[in-house]
Amino acid sequence: MKKSNDFEFDDLQGLLRFGYGKLTDTCFMLLNIANVDAAKQWLNTAPISNAVTMDSPPDTALQIAFSVHGLRILGVSESIIGDFSDEFIHGMTRNENSSRRLGDIGRNAPERWEWGNDSVTMPHILLLLYAKKGDLEAWRKTVEDDRFSQAFQLLRQLPTSDIGRVEPFGFDDGISQPTIDWTYRQSTDPHERDRYSNLLAVGEMVLGYPNEYGQYTARPLINPKKDQLATGLPDAEDDPALKDFARNGTYLVLRELGQDVPGFWQFLDKASSSKSKKREHLAAAMVGRERNGTPLIAEHIPGISRKDHGNHFTYDLDAKGNHCPMSAHIRRANPRTGDLPGGVTGLGIVGFINRLIKILGFGQKPEEDLIASSRFHRLLRRGRSYGPFLAPEDAIKPDAPVAERGLQFICLVANISRQFEFVQNAWIVNGKFNGLQEEPDPLLGNREPLLSGGSTDHFNRPDPSGPMQKTCHLPQFVTVHGGGYFFMPGLRALKYISALPANGGNSSS
Amino acid sequence: MTPQSPFMIAATVRVGQMKNLRTLLASMNKVPGHADPDNSLIPFSRFDRLHFARFVIIEANTTHEIKEFGVKPRLWRPTLAFLGDIDGDMHTFLAELVEQAEPGLKKIFSHCDGFSEEDQNLLEWIQAHTINPRANYVNWIGRTVKQIHEEAALHRSLSTYLQKIVDDVGRENVRTLRQKLLSHVEMEKYKGRLTLSPPEPTPTDWKIRNLLHMIGVPLILLLLSPLLLAIAPFFALRLRMLERSDPELFIRPSYEHINELSKQEDWDVSNQYSVFGDVKPGLFRLLTFKFILLLTDWFARHVYNRGFLARIKTIHFARWVFMDNNHRVFFASNYDGSHESYMDDFINKVGWGLNLTFSNAVGYPTTRWIIKEGAQRELAFKYTQRRHQIPTEVWYKAYPGLTAVDLARNSRIRQGVEIRQANDAEIREWLSLI
Repeated sequence: MKKSNDFEFDDLQGLLRFGYGKLTDTCFMLLNIANVDAAKQWLNTAPISNAVTMDSPPDTALQIAFSVHGLRILGVSESIIGDFSDEFIHGMTRNENSSRRLGDIGRNAPERWEWGNDSVTMPHILLLLYAKKGDLEAWRKTVEDDRFSQAFQLLRQLPTSDIGRVEPFGFDDGISQPTIDWTYRQSTDPHERDRYSNLLAVGEMVLGYPNEYGQYTARPLINPKKDQLATGLPDAEDDPALKDFARNGTYLVLRELGQDVPGFWQFLDKASSSKSKKREHLAAAMVGRERNGTPLIAEHIPGISRKDHGNHFTYDLDAKGNHCPMSAHIRRANPRTGDLPGGVTGLGIVGFINRLIKILGFGQKPEEDLIASSRFHRLLRRGRSYGPFLAPEDAIKPDAPVAERGLQFICLVANISRQFEFVQNAWIVNGKFNGLQEEPDPLLGNREPLLSGGSTDHFNRPDPSGPMQKTCHLPQFVTVHGGGYFFMPGLRALKYISALPANGGNSSS
Repeated sequence: MTPQSPFMIAATVRVGQMKNLRTLLASMNKVPGHADPDNSLIPFSRFDRLHFARFVIIEANTTHEIKEFGVKPRLWRPTLAFLGDIDGDMHTFLAELVEQAEPGLKKIFSHCDGFSEEDQNLLEWIQAHTINPRANYVNWIGRTVKQIHEEAALHRSLSTYLQKIVDDVGRENVRTLRQKLLSHVEMEKYKGRLTLSPPEPTPTDWKIRNLLHMIGVPLILLLLSPLLLAIAPFFALRLRMLERSDPELFIRPSYEHINELSKQEDWDVSNQYSVFGDVKPGLFRLLTFKFILLLTDWFARHVYNRGFLARIKTIHFARWVFMDNNHRVFFASNYDGSHESYMDDFINKVGWGLNLTFSNAVGYPTTRWIIKEGAQRELAFKYTQRRHQIPTEVWYKAYPGLTAVDLARNSRIRQGVEIRQANDAEIREWLSLI
């Protein structure tokens, strides 16, 4: 067992370990490189924050991630780039199929995005600045020194705002997060993972470490004999003769999601005949939590008081969705299932037979076990809201102030396809998730009909009395305005990038 | 009950005709890879016994991989395969096919060796070119296309009507709700808007053959058990030797290849999957493969015929076919959800089953004791299955928008109409499905 202070936190960008929640003021910049040499010089001394804990929390933080265009322009060789995943290389809008799967059709279609759909609007670099309340301007001045201005061109500043712990619809946010197993406390062997655990192998979030399959995710490895510069990089754990360009790095997924707050609450108000209690119930059913964050689960879970539920619960006792509908946003985004339905009871031979019966699929109810092994599809979320806060009570008024509101959704993953794209596709967008009847996510769904013509704009709440409670004709509440995949390198890899041989002069293509 | 059968017609493509054939097949499609059900060549929608069908040009893109075993790749001529899953027996279906779509079929098969559009008896030619699968899986044996459509219509009708009446009657009033729904069904049936046909009698010859198969396979295995036991240690030894020495091929599929495949995916709630590769060289692997498929077929026919294949409930139909004199294997399936979710489900729920069968194929990730590791070597597995996958030129599904879980639910709803629930709890359960 390793101790947590053995971990190379000094090579990791801080966002992998901290949400920087106390640094309420943020500035997310989409940058293009105007001058490669200046950019490298700036990168070489940039005060990028690492993941080492300090006695007192920092007042500011700076994080950086690169798009594939950014890496190319800085001179990272094609042989390195080619070893990244297809999703990163070809991007979030790489083809019609990926857009279909991610639900980026209709009003979400990349053609309508404000940025990220093409090489002109897809930035080279994503720079994330965090500061304590009131300190952002000063921090920004420090970061944007002379060399910075020479090196970069600001393509776009993503709006962010501090509206407290809630997201724009008014719900407590950021409660469900995986706990990264920095000290290798937990085995990834399927035999020991029947039940859901919130603890997650480092390799699910950080490249260069074993993931939940006990495997190393493919990533660029460099032969130091052929590339002198690479000697400063960490060794590849799975192949010590090679250097690991991606170790301590991660993929950063960014999506700018516009949220129609008045539209959401006004629809709910109408659907609940303006009865505030009913409205809150419906809203909570769609989200899967009350506004204060309390999850909709059976009152009694042995051993845990309801107040502490936050992130300590599963849906094992709510197989029908009578407490938390199957389609509720948080039940979709993380179904909290283990590897075997209901786990395995009994020891010795009884346990063995029990396990065998389950593995062979016997003794199941028709809609049991449709979603299993959530551990392979977790996201580390680091998003921030934007736009002015609008309380639900005000949002229902017909004269509710109109403004751009939403979420700069950010998540960190080691495998874009198995984690972000899977969750977005199979769990959020898929109307057949967990046996549902053409119901995409009530919050995020795009309401586009199926190819066969079937409508998808409804939300069903199972009801213990029998018939489901149907809410029909949901409008689209969330619209994608932009997005992209980035690589957030470890700090030694950043040094490698900034030391790459100059390819001279200006490069704006 | 009407049992389901697979059919598959395969013939090599005439040299120089590939491009023309592809263009012709593409003309049947509405969106990439998806047939227009009313296309003029083969108007699939006219065949009310047809569940799924596809045209695929089987090409050996990965045949060089066998060189890693020190074996020279065999020559493979691109082969057009037309396959599908139907209600009832294959021979009457093929006759029906020829009757309804002779000109279209002739046009298509004229791109194949040994077929000329003018002077050929199409049915005879087709029958001479059919291939039987080694193992075949049907999600629910006995569930016909007709039944699927009738039950889907029933569900739609009940769902709309329940919404109308639930507020008036009150959702607690489950007995009244049921009564109203049942009367509604009777009325709709009377008006001819709903039909719930009773199942056809099970064909006697099928019953006998099925029974013989059910008893026969275990009986033979039982008789052979002393022998099997005797060779078991040698089998285990040889297996472990091969598992240690078989080369593992960790080759990433090209983005272009993935793109070509994914272009056809995720239009409907279901997708198709066709994969083709070499059987590992040597008699040991072939016999193991055959034996595992014999068992797979037996379990599919007699155990996993009610909506689930071990823990998987998203496969409609699947088949394993040996080709090229047992040197190669073709696998085809129709599944619900995206490719990524299909593969993750496979790895996480039935990795052991995949390992049992496909570890005998070239390029499969290394297994341990034939059921361990393998698919659990996630990336190696995902690479190899995509690398060996081949695009499907034309794909038809008779019930777009419906998953296997939907079909099972609709059947349960129908059952609730026909069999009275015993108590309020059962009525509630039934109402919750609608």
